[in-house]
Amino acid sequence: MSTYEFINQLNGEETDIHTILSKQQLSPQVKKIEVYAPEIADKAKAGQFVILRVDDEGERIPLTLVEWENRTGKITLIFQEVGLSTKKLGCLQAKDKIMNLAGPLGNPSTIRNYGLAAVVCGGVGTAAAYPIAKALKEAGNTVVSIMGARNEGLLILEKEMKDVSDELYISTDDGSKGHKGFVSEVLKCLIAKKYQFDIVYAIGPPLMMRTTSEVTRPYAIKTMVSLNPIMVDGMGMCGACRVSIGGSTKFACIDGPEFDAHGTDFDELIRRLRIYPPEERLALDYHEKEPGGICKCRQH
Amino acid sequence: MQTTLKPQPKTMVNQNNAVPMEKLEPKSRSTNFNEVALGYTEAEALIEAQRCLECPKPRCVEGCPVGVEIPAFIKLIKERKYDEAISKVKEKNSLPAICGRVCPQEEQCQKNCIRGKTGDPISIGRLERFVADLEREKGLIITPISKPTGGKIAVVGAGPAGLTAAADLAKLGHNVTVFEALHLAGGVLVYGIPEFRLPKKIVQAEVDYVKKLGVQFHSDALIGRLFTIEELFKKGFDAVFIGSGAGLPMFLGIPGENLGGIYSANEFLIRVNMMKSYRFPEFDTPIKVGKQVAVIGGGNVAMDSARCALRLGAEHVCIIYRRSREEIPARAEELQNAEEEGITCKFLAAPTRFIGEEQGKVKAVELVAMELGEPDESGRRRPVPVKGSEIIMDVDTVIVAIGRTPNPIIQSVTKGLRTTSRGTIIAEEKTGKTSIEGVYTGGDIMTGEATVISAMGAGKRAAKAINEYLISKKQTNAIPPS
Repeated sequence: MSTYEFINQLNGEETDIHTILSKQQLSPQVKKIEVYAPEIADKAKAGQFVILRVDDEGERIPLTLVEWENRTGKITLIFQEVGLSTKKLGCLQAKDKIMNLAGPLGNPSTIRNYGLAAVVCGGVGTAAAYPIAKALKEAGNTVVSIMGARNEGLLILEKEMKDVSDELYISTDDGSKGHKGFVSEVLKCLIAKKYQFDIVYAIGPPLMMRTTSEVTRPYAIKTMVSLNPIMVDGMGMCGACRVSIGGSTKFACIDGPEFDAHGTDFDELIRRLRIYPPEERLALDYHEKEPGGICKCRQH
Repeated sequence: MQTTLKPQPKTMVNQNNAVPMEKLEPKSRSTNFNEVALGYTEAEALIEAQRCLECPKPRCVEGCPVGVEIPAFIKLIKERKYDEAISKVKEKNSLPAICGRVCPQEEQCQKNCIRGKTGDPISIGRLERFVADLEREKGLIITPISKPTGGKIAVVGAGPAGLTAAADLAKLGHNVTVFEALHLAGGVLVYGIPEFRLPKKIVQAEVDYVKKLGVQFHSDALIGRLFTIEELFKKGFDAVFIGSGAGLPMFLGIPGENLGGIYSANEFLIRVNMMKSYRFPEFDTPIKVGKQVAVIGGGNVAMDSARCALRLGAEHVCIIYRRSREEIPARAEELQNAEEEGITCKFLAAPTRFIGEEQGKVKAVELVAMELGEPDESGRRRPVPVKGSEIIMDVDTVIVAIGRTPNPIIQSVTKGLRTTSRGTIIAEEKTGKTSIEGVYTGGDIMTGEATVISAMGAGKRAAKAINEYLISKKQTNAIPPS
């Protein structure tokens, strides 16, 4: 029995599976939730994700597993509210239940002691990079993390990243904290300072991953990226998440989500991510105009 | 639904012709997702049932993968004993409302019908649908369940094979849990077959029936990731049935296939059927269908995709098939439905590359004409490209419906589970017994992509074998070791 279940039993309560245990705002658009999902917590590994659905009309949303704890049966998810579905998720409160939660999905990261590892991440991608940095550290690597955001207020998980990194560098587009510019520039600078990285993980917006990949390519440093294409089922069935890796088509959900950065066709990934924005805006407008708006909880 | 047909004396009806089933008019149906085929009225069913000769050695039963006692249930219809008729069907088939709609009867039971020699065979599927629909409207009759055996069985996948195996095992008194990876039970019945051919409320009713037999469902559970087969045994299951299906879409492997606007049929149908994007933005999952749609492939999935695209507002939908009309694998009825609705077919043509516009969306497809050469291993004449015959066809949406391959997840993590080079699980034909003790399989994961009813037949055979395995295991365990 987990501590959580034990405490609940003391209080005469039973926690329903997929109940939100806590909710926290990390930055203006980024929220963190802890969810009671003991079966998933028991199985999760760094690099894997879940797919969830908020209600009967809802999309299937893929989200990276950020933290999981076997003892308490809880998993942590972090998401940025960008479209209707993430806004709907953001409307849920502690004690609410997530209607559907499937996972862990995707292949775990290949974690071993590489030696000197760089974890380069940007924006909400930091949430996906954190478990990998943590696992690399636990495997004995020296971990150098470089995290970035548009400005200081948008940096997330700084303390957590610091805890699992031997060195932590920060960059912001506007220079409000750390290096003014991009994370890839910091990496370039470290490589110039004779940091001999054995592996580089780059996780964030596709453009940032592409730029980082170009930094390491001339040095032939093994570089891994975690790709975030559009997914529907997340189990190999639809092929919406197909990406070109080394010239052949792979499914991010069952062949990935991690791939060799230098073989990845980022331009194609970026083009495929641009298929639905008009529909996303339409859905948002449609639901914002409904009585009560997107959120049906009546607490907002 | 109104009908002008009344039960008539036997002699007045031309016994050679089947009673036609009313369908929505092509014009009115091609703009919505309402069910097209309306089913028989009681009067129509009675006339059609009268045509059955009740052969003493019924060949129709031999053609049924689950062995429904066809003349017996039709006789009960003649006697207007509809409750007994559906019970008779359900002795062998737990999902009759589904089979009555989507089974290729013309290839199975009806193909063997004696009446077919001189005229139309008996419309067995339509009669099956009639009694199943009647029962659902009145409230489901629950088949008696044997006393609990104490046996615990895990069924992986809630598609046609899994649902059938689960229902049969539950009826025998076993404790059954179905693990389904998606959020809905039904497999291809919910994600693949469109509403206008198989309304989802009918699938739900059949799933509810399986639940009423005592079967438990664990949705959102992808076996191979959440639990392995080995872990299911550790959790106390005595046997496992794998019915994980052929869910992986095949692509053509030609240039430009990853352009925007090119869907696998699976993605297209999952969005439309399971995620209900035909009701976007009321439902949140979007779908994008342009004006000029090309569907590549000639199976039932291609027909379903084409008809969905039309209903989603496409101006012109063209099915592109590399062989000729004679070889098309889709049911004749489905091709006819598609053509009635205004879908065109381009036979003896195959895509060679897709051409995109600057934003990375497809704008045209290059097609090459094909001619038929010598028969290949499937017995059909092999299509051969005609050199220099390339043409460009403008399209803004493409749906690739050229088949599906087995889902590889379970095979890749289950030690000792023997598979073929095609990725299907190797098992005994008659029992579904795999290379691991207590693990059985059936349906598309064992045979490759096939029909709903053949998967149900396999589920049925495996259920019988699992039952026998559990009985023999109990007996072995009861004998104290010497």
